[in-house]
Amino acid sequence: METNPPSETVQYGRGADIRHALHLLKRNRIVLAGAMVSVASIMLALLSGLLVNPTSWNQQNSNVILCWNNPAIDWHIINVFNCGGAVYPLGTDLYGRGLLQMIILAIPVDLCIAFEVVASAVLIGVILGGLAAYMGGLVDEIILRVTDIFLAVPGILLAIVLLVVLGRSIPVLTTAVLITWWPFYVRLVRSQVLGEKEKPYVERLHAMGAPGFRILFRHVVPNSIFPVVVQATLDIGAVILTVSALMFIGLTPDPKFPELGNLAKQGIQYLFTAPWLILFPGLTLLVISIGFNLLGDGIRDIFDPRLRR
Amino acid sequence: MLKISNLNVIFHTYAGEVKALNGVELSVNKSELLGLVGESGCGKTVTSLSIVGLLPPNAEVVSGEILLNEKNLLTMTKEEMRKARLKDVAIVFQDPLTYLNPVLTVGSQITEIISTEPKIFLPKLLEHRLDEIAQVENEKGRLDTQLLSEKQHLNSALETGKLDANEIKRLTRNYILSILRSVRLPHPEKALESYPFELSGGMRQRVMIAMALVRRPKLLLADEMTTALDVTVQAQILQLMKELRNDIDASVILITHDLAVVAEVCDRVAVMYAGDVVEVADVDELFKNPLHPYTQGLLASIPRVDSTIDQQSSIGGSVPNLIYPPSGCRFNPRCPKAFGKCPQTKPKLVEVSPRHLVSCFLYEE
Repeated sequence: METNPPSETVQYGRGADIRHALHLLKRNRIVLAGAMVSVASIMLALLSGLLVNPTSWNQQNSNVILCWNNPAIDWHIINVFNCGGAVYPLGTDLYGRGLLQMIILAIPVDLCIAFEVVASAVLIGVILGGLAAYMGGLVDEIILRVTDIFLAVPGILLAIVLLVVLGRSIPVLTTAVLITWWPFYVRLVRSQVLGEKEKPYVERLHAMGAPGFRILFRHVVPNSIFPVVVQATLDIGAVILTVSALMFIGLTPDPKFPELGNLAKQGIQYLFTAPWLILFPGLTLLVISIGFNLLGDGIRDIFDPRLRR
Repeated sequence: MLKISNLNVIFHTYAGEVKALNGVELSVNKSELLGLVGESGCGKTVTSLSIVGLLPPNAEVVSGEILLNEKNLLTMTKEEMRKARLKDVAIVFQDPLTYLNPVLTVGSQITEIISTEPKIFLPKLLEHRLDEIAQVENEKGRLDTQLLSEKQHLNSALETGKLDANEIKRLTRNYILSILRSVRLPHPEKALESYPFELSGGMRQRVMIAMALVRRPKLLLADEMTTALDVTVQAQILQLMKELRNDIDASVILITHDLAVVAEVCDRVAVMYAGDVVEVADVDELFKNPLHPYTQGLLASIPRVDSTIDQQSSIGGSVPNLIYPPSGCRFNPRCPKAFGKCPQTKPKLVEVSPRHLVSCFLYEE
């Protein structure tokens, strides 16, 4: 029988927080896997410029179009071209570019758009949602009606219209997705703040003469932010999927542009002759979005001090 | 110090207007510890919330005034009221856990009181540190060069009203630690780093008291401060209040339904019933010589450990519905001594003997 001796000192403060978070992370395998995938994809995105020449996506090599020379997988497809001596671990695409290199170049593009969209949506959500809930009355009404207008338009459709009207470029794409994304955060933050602002500690802050904006943004918002953080992490995956979907249906700045949806798009016509073309970008999308989803679920358990006793 | 006169507060509810306060008269002298007692729903908390201007939105102050040092709190603008809450009137609530923000450390929650309005608190910080230095001077007879230069530096800062941010931070921490020590919080440095849930109930309540004291209020409202604590901790906190009252130089209103608490710490007691202050007297006088029939009933219904009785004495009837309060004296339907005049007019709060006020026709000429 093993018994733990009672610990003599209770740990306090921020150091203990981080240790405890890591402890919870270690205990939950699925969350750990999600965290590892997310961190790995972010690392890969940061290093991609060093691994692959960032301009190589624009080059074309007509000698090695749609070839597969990786002996690890035999596709049992007869008309696979040979790539000569060059090594392409995941084969080459329609333009004769190595698919692995293109995927490595595509990950930062997708992640960057996703982070920009989610960060802006959270910021807008916190400010507008917080103000709406905290001030109530007319302010609340105006902010809510505006979000309603944006929610009334189908998101994907609005994005398509914007991309067609304003031109197909990455900034427009980012803005288009953001425009369809922020209203959800306003509603989420508002609902959280509405519940939180009735808590006794807010009454105490009023009784201590704390200024209203400080109460809202320093006390109420941090207490309401956990569902938002979870939602944001989940949404990283969702935004990547949306962006890829838009690219997949052809709203790309350039047909050769390295973006996972765009890379996968090349493969539909060659589903049976070059299956790797759609398989690997698709798998990458799947793994990254599942990774962020699992991480999102885990974050709540880990960083909420109220769940810890 | 504080003078409440003819305070009428009603609550607009679906069922009708709840006449919660019916012309409350109350005054608190400087450095006095006043106990405000009464059963649940008699208006103790509404009175205290009126003082700090935090009545819920459906409440309305119909008439009356609350004068704190000759300034009427009820006619202040929102911003003036906020400043008053920051500087002059502090309130300590009953449940210390829910009244602390769970996601910030205790230290940052106390510090922010000062850091949001550094201008207001700078003189207090400087004076506090200068007092400390003066104390060292008194003990040792002289100051070493380091303290001497600090003293000169702080004195000049006191005149100009300017000090750089890092020094303000240092002074703030020093000031807060000394307040935490004065409320007998064990390991104050450690407590600053911890989250509210890491502290025990008694420690949290000490933190709450410290939060009030940091502001050096002129009036401290303690709303059922010890209700959520167990008896031993309660005793410690009450002892602390007794000790602090000499240091803090503030008037304290201790709101409670526990007469034992009142007897233990208060100087004077005000008894409330159904939105009226029915009797105000010094503690000893009230317990020895209760005049109002309600006070008599209240004192008689305290359970006693040292006597075995079959029937616990209680006041007959029940608390009136304040949407349709009884006319005249609100206690008349339950009063054993009620007579013809009682349901007709409301008795005034009059001084029947020195410092003993009662609102009852039995004692009016």
